[in-house]
Parts: sequence; structure tokens; C-alpha cells
Amino acid sequence: MLRLEKRPNPSKFWLYATPVVAVVMTMIVGGMLFAFMGKNPVEVIRTIFWDPMFGEFAFYLRGQLLVKAGPLILIAIGLSLGFRAGIWNIGAEGQYIMGAICGAAVGLAVYPTESRLIYPAMVIAGALGGWAWGMIPAILKTRFNTNEILVSLMLVYVAQTILAKASTGFLKNPEGMGFPGSRNFSSYPAAANPELVAGTGIHWGVVAAFAVAIVGWVLLSRHIIGFQIKLSGQAPRAARFHGVNPSRLVVLCMGISGALAGLAGLFEVTGPAGQITIDFNVGYGFTAIIVAFLGRLNPIGIVFAGILMALTYVGGEMAATNLGLPAAAIQVFQGMLLFFLLGVDVLTNFRIRTAILGVK
Amino acid sequence: MTRETLLDIRGISKSYPGVKANEDVSFSIGVGEVHALLGENGAGKSTLVKMIYGLVKPDEGTMQLRGGAYAPAEPSEARNLGVAMVFQHFSLFEALNVAENVALGMENPPPMRELAARIRAVSEEYGLPLDPSRMVGDLSAGERQRVEIIRCLLQDPKLLIMDEPTSVLTPQEVEILFRTLRQLSAEGTAILYISHKLEEIRALCDGATILRRGKVVGTCVPRETTAREMAELMVGATLTPPERRATAKGEIVLGVTDLSAASPIPFGTSLKNIGFTVARGEVLGIAGVAGNGQDELLLALSGELRTGADRIRINGHAAGDLGPSERRKAGLVAAPEDRYGHAAAPDMSLVENALLTGAIRRKLTRNGFIDWAATRSFADEIIETYDVRTPGNHVAARALSGGNLQKFLIGRELDQSPQVIVINQPTWGVDAAAAAAIRQAILNRAAEGAGVVVISQDLDELLEIADMFAVLNEGRLTKPRTVEGLTIDEIGLMMGGAHGMEVAHHAEA
Repeated sequence: MLRLEKRPNPSKFWLYATPVVAVVMTMIVGGMLFAFMGKNPVEVIRTIFWDPMFGEFAFYLRGQLLVKAGPLILIAIGLSLGFRAGIWNIGAEGQYIMGAICGAAVGLAVYPTESRLIYPAMVIAGALGGWAWGMIPAILKTRFNTNEILVSLMLVYVAQTILAKASTGFLKNPEGMGFPGSRNFSSYPAAANPELVAGTGIHWGVVAAFAVAIVGWVLLSRHIIGFQIKLSGQAPRAARFHGVNPSRLVVLCMGISGALAGLAGLFEVTGPAGQITIDFNVGYGFTAIIVAFLGRLNPIGIVFAGILMALTYVGGEMAATNLGLPAAAIQVFQGMLLFFLLGVDVLTNFRIRTAILGVK
Repeated sequence: MTRETLLDIRGISKSYPGVKANEDVSFSIGVGEVHALLGENGAGKSTLVKMIYGLVKPDEGTMQLRGGAYAPAEPSEARNLGVAMVFQHFSLFEALNVAENVALGMENPPPMRELAARIRAVSEEYGLPLDPSRMVGDLSAGERQRVEIIRCLLQDPKLLIMDEPTSVLTPQEVEILFRTLRQLSAEGTAILYISHKLEEIRALCDGATILRRGKVVGTCVPRETTAREMAELMVGATLTPPERRATAKGEIVLGVTDLSAASPIPFGTSLKNIGFTVARGEVLGIAGVAGNGQDELLLALSGELRTGADRIRINGHAAGDLGPSERRKAGLVAAPEDRYGHAAAPDMSLVENALLTGAIRRKLTRNGFIDWAATRSFADEIIETYDVRTPGNHVAARALSGGNLQKFLIGRELDQSPQVIVINQPTWGVDAAAAAAIRQAILNRAAEGAGVVVISQDLDELLEIADMFAVLNEGRLTKPRTVEGLTIDEIGLMMGGAHGMEVAHHAEA
């Protein structure tokens, strides 16, 4: 019989090995899923993981990787701070939408003025929008002890309703001939987030993602706030003894993750998406949860995890168009990744012992 | 007096990864004998009784019960053969009443009314009055222990194992328990009594087996052996009592006036009108049975539980509304009882745990950025000064034994040049040598001018190190008085006597 035994010290090896094992297991089981669907599993896996990097269209797809990875990394780093402290913001998708709406609204309000100040103002508005949306569950939690998981998740659906209203109502393009959606920022240079280096996919959001990863890493490893975040997650009573105010920490973590999600939304809507539409959001806020865990809640790990997850997006799209795989299959595939990661994760803190017969 | 042998243990060994908990342990208990199992924490007492009770299987060796082979696979088998155990930590549901709790521990509980009647009968027979319909959450620790004992007695055991039963009792309650145990013994029930309190063992037990590092190092007849001899057998070294210098009293460093606070802990005890002062160089010992507000008092003093600003004064400055960090800045350090999860983060390294309380007074951060080099050397300093046995400062706190971690945690607080020190249970679960070192370190800080509050359930410890003595009872603190001239009887009365249970043994007295 197999038995789990707690390790005296968390295993450093498994801490870094579990993401790799999880990816491999996802490939195997995902491949079985694809085989059941009548596809050649090897071909599908190659299309997802290999072709975007080294295939025929890699010159274009590699750029797409960073376009997709940028918002994922940005959101995931914000989430990881809260997750480390045991504060579960599941509603990044809502904060992402609200950031996009607020930031876009600022830009559209001054259309067609040209000024260097417009884009920075939109960035700030985007961050504030996400922050404010994150504050709702934070304040409800600290004042009334509500569950932030439920509140933040439900606020995603509220945000989606507001988004629908924005794209068909108050932010609708007056020159759009009745089609839903705002003006396109690509034709409004002062408010646009263009590709900075042609062909790389790098836009301001990607730059921000890498900058935030570095700041996040410094915060967690060198700053007392990072220490307090980790301490609160691991030993809440010890954190109070240290002097952490749990309510302040909730507000801080929800605020940071909300603001970063809002930023990601703003960069997305002014750049790759181009305009506010009813469905410009593609679930980055949810996928970022997987990215955060896949990256071990570590900012540097999250950068790699974000790129890997972007690969499944880009490759998944390829598989969908080239091999006729349904989009849902790709989502199942991404979900498997988180599932296996959490499953294999047990090995970091526990080791498997095979019990000798007769001894319990 | 020769007795028929009840339980005979031969050559028992048990290993866990990295430790030999028991090695070739042999001893026997006669019918009706009260036998002490004596040893420091970590000597292997618990593992040994867990094997007798069927919780753990021995790697080697044999046991015989009344001449027949005895190898219980699980506790229910041990219970069926007449072996019962009262654990140190109770397994009772606070939101259920006494009878319901007893029923939960039985395989085929009789109807509730019948059970209640039996509980009443047994409790009266053995002088342990207990109302079966009372909620366990409302019972004192001594009464809860009674529930556990009666739960065992209902099974009519031949061997009753008791693990450190007196650590939660007042002196009067101990006396009642001992009368019960003697009565059981006279009726032929053997008792295996685990303790490290030597005077108790001398008063109660017929024989003793002494364990050190998993091995039997001696046997003795406690009545004919001095406590000091037993202690030295147990520790394997000669013990020196802590040395103290009389210190002139200075100005008051900690003043508490009329402190009341609701307990943040479920089923906790609220603090009611607590008042005391501690002067420079003074050690105030606060005794009391567990669960009478000790944890709450520590929280209120450490700053985790805030009160009115002028309820607590540190060096004359109002501090009742300050949080833990500000109180440290003001000169107060605190060491909570629970090491794993409160005083320390179990999964964090010793370095990170050094930062946990040391950040402020040792100035381990600059503009919020952590000076890891300074933190590491602070951790190393504690490890070195307080003889913490660890492979290094990178080790997770939970990997250290209880005593070693306690040395580290006490050292962490004492090495911050504090003016006020508050410690709850400084030596709980710590072996005798380490406990002596910790007490000495506390006294040294007091001699240097710190005011110290020690909350402890170990009366001997308090009498050894305290200048002033008070008792916390149901959230109220008695007026502190000097330790000189204090008798155990007086202390017992301060502790609330036996909680109104003195009449228990009238019939035989």
C-alpha cells in the first residue's frame, strides 16, 4: 500500500520538478483525450507545443506568444501575492474587464485630442478601475467577513454585463454604423498600444509584465511586505504575532492583483484587441490562476509559466484551425495542467512510502 | 510484596526514520501495581505506551498480558483485553455533553439514560463527581480529565495508562485524583503512570522504570529513592538549580490596570479586571490551570489583542492600543505558548523565524528591505548562545524537536535587549537540562534589569524563578504576593481549590 509521509523539510527538487512532471502528464493524458476524439495525439501535441516555436509559421506565431503571455504574466503575478497570503482572488477576469473599460473610457472621452499625456492617463485609469473592482470583495471581506472567492467570482459576471452595456451603449463607436463595439484605438495614435518592435509582439503590456515580474521578485524575496505575505499564508497566527494586520493585507493583496489585472485589460484593449467589444476578453483572468500556480507563485516562475500557457493558446488555435479540434478540448487541456500540477504538488511536502506488509 | 504479573514487556524496540524511539525495553507491571514510567521529553515514554495501547506496532520484542501473548493491532483490541488509556491531550467535543462524549468513545453505547446513570454511579464510587448532562465546553480541565477517566473506568480496565495526568490539575485536584488511583489499585487495577514530576511519583507509585533516549536506564522503588536521584537517572547528569542574584527593585516597566477583554478564542476565557505591575529586575510568576485565560493574557500583552490605551503601560507610556510591532518598539517582547504556528512559522527556516519578531528591535530591515545577512547572523547568534541543536540556520522550524525550537524561540526574544519580557509556558515539553538553561537565561535578563512575566502551569518552575506570584483563575488574577513563605496549600487555594470538589472523598476520609 502507498502511504504519504510528511517531509521534515519541503523538497527543493520537487518544488521545481513538479511543473515539469505536470506538463508531461498533461501531454500524455491530453494525448489520450485527443486520440479518443479520433485525432493523432502526436500530431496534436506537436502542433500545440512545437509548431508555434519552430514550425512553418513560427515567425508570426512567436510574436503571438508574447502577446498572449504578457497579460497572463501581469495578472498572475498580482494573483500570486494574494494566493501566497491565503487570499483567493478568483475574479481577476472581472478586474481585467473593468480596467479595460475605465482606461478606454478615459481615452474615448478626449477623442480625438492628441497629447502625450493621454496614454499614461489611460494606464492609470485602467489600474484604478481594476483596483476598485478588487476593493469590493476586499472591503466586504474585512467588514462583513464575506468569502472573497465567491464575491470576486460573482463580480466577474457583473463586469461582463457592464462590458456588454459599454460596447452596445455608452462606449459604442458613434461612427460604427450601429455595430457594437467602441472606436478602434489603432486609428487613434495617442491612445493606442502598438507593437514596439515589429514582429516580436512586444507592446507596453509585455514590458510592464516583465517589469512587474522583477518588482514582484524583489518584493517577495527582499522586502518585509513579501515576508508578511508569505507568513500570513503559512501561519496566520504567527503573522498576527509578527504584527501583520490581516485586514490591511487583504486590502493590499486584492488591490495589487486588481490593479495589475486592470492594467492588463487596458493594455489588451488598446493593443491586440484594439477596441472594446462584447467579448474582447478571452478568459485571461481565469487562465492566469493556472499560470500563477504553474509558476509556483514565484514571479520568475510565472514568466515561464505564462509563456508556456501562451503556447497552449497559440498552439491550440493552430490545432483548432488545422486539425479541426474544438476549442473546448484546448480548455480541457489547460485545465488538466492545473489538475496535474496540484496533484503532483503533494510530493513537495510529502514523500511516498510503500508500507511493509502488516505494519500500519 | 510480590504480585502476580499483569503485563510483561520483553525487549521491545521501535524505530522511526532517523530515531530509535525505543531500544530493547523490558519491564513488567503487577496486578494492582501503580507503576511509574519516568523520563524526559523524547525519552520514548509515549511511543512505549502507544505500543501497549495498540496505536503503534513494535519492530521487535514481545508483550504478555496475564501470561498470554499480547499484540494489539488497534486500540479497540487493547480495550477489549482490559487496557485503557487517558491521554494528555483530551479528545472531547466541547459542544456535546459529558454522556454524549462518553458514548462517542464506545463501540456499542447503551441508551443515553442508562449511560448517564452508569456515569453517575461510577463517578460517585471513585470520588470523581461529574454531572453527565453538562456541556464539556463549560468544564474545567480537571473535570474534563474526569470525563476521560470515567470513560476508561466504564470499560472496567485491568490496566489504566495515564499520560501526564496532573499537568492540568490544581494541587487539591491532584490529591483527589491520587485517592481515586489508590482506590483503583486496591481493587486490583494496575496503573501505568507517566510523568516527570518526581514528588508525585514518590507519593503514588509502587515501582518505577526510568527511560533515557529510548532505553531503560534504571528501575527503583520511588518511596525509597530521593527525587534528586531519580532526576539524575532521568537526565543522566547532575543537575544544578538555577542561580539567582537578588536584584534591587527599580521603576515600574510594565503596568496593567483593570484590563478586561473578551476572548478571541472559541470557548476561551475572557479576561476580567486584571491588574499588576512589574518593576525592573522583577519576575512575576502567573500560575493557573490551563484554560483560565493564560493565552488571552499573552495576546493582550503581546498586542495581538488590543485594549484601551491606558490599560497597559510600558515604561509609563500607554500601550494598550498598540499592535505587536509598536510594542516591540516600546521594549516589550513576548513568547506565546504554541510554538508551531504561533510563536514560529513551522515551514519557514530559522532565519525567517528570527526575522519574525527580531525585525524591529534588531533593526533587520532598512526602508522595509530585509537585511538577510544581518538576519542570518542574528539566527546564528541565537543558535550559538542558546545551544540550539540544528544542522544549520536554513532548517525549517518544524524539523527541530520541541525543546530545541523552544530554546531558539526564547533566545530570539531574550536577545533583543528587551525591557519587558512576557513568556507563556517557557519550558513546556522541554527536557530538564534545556529547561534549566531557559530558566537561567530568563533570570539573567531580569538581573540585567528587564521586568519579566512568566505564565506557567508548572508551580515548581514558578517558585524557582519568580519574585512575585499570582494566579490566573477563570480570567481573574489574584493580587500578586511575594514568593517567600508561600506554601503549596496556599497556592492551591489561590488556584480556586479543587473547584468545589473537596467533598469528593468524604466517605473514606
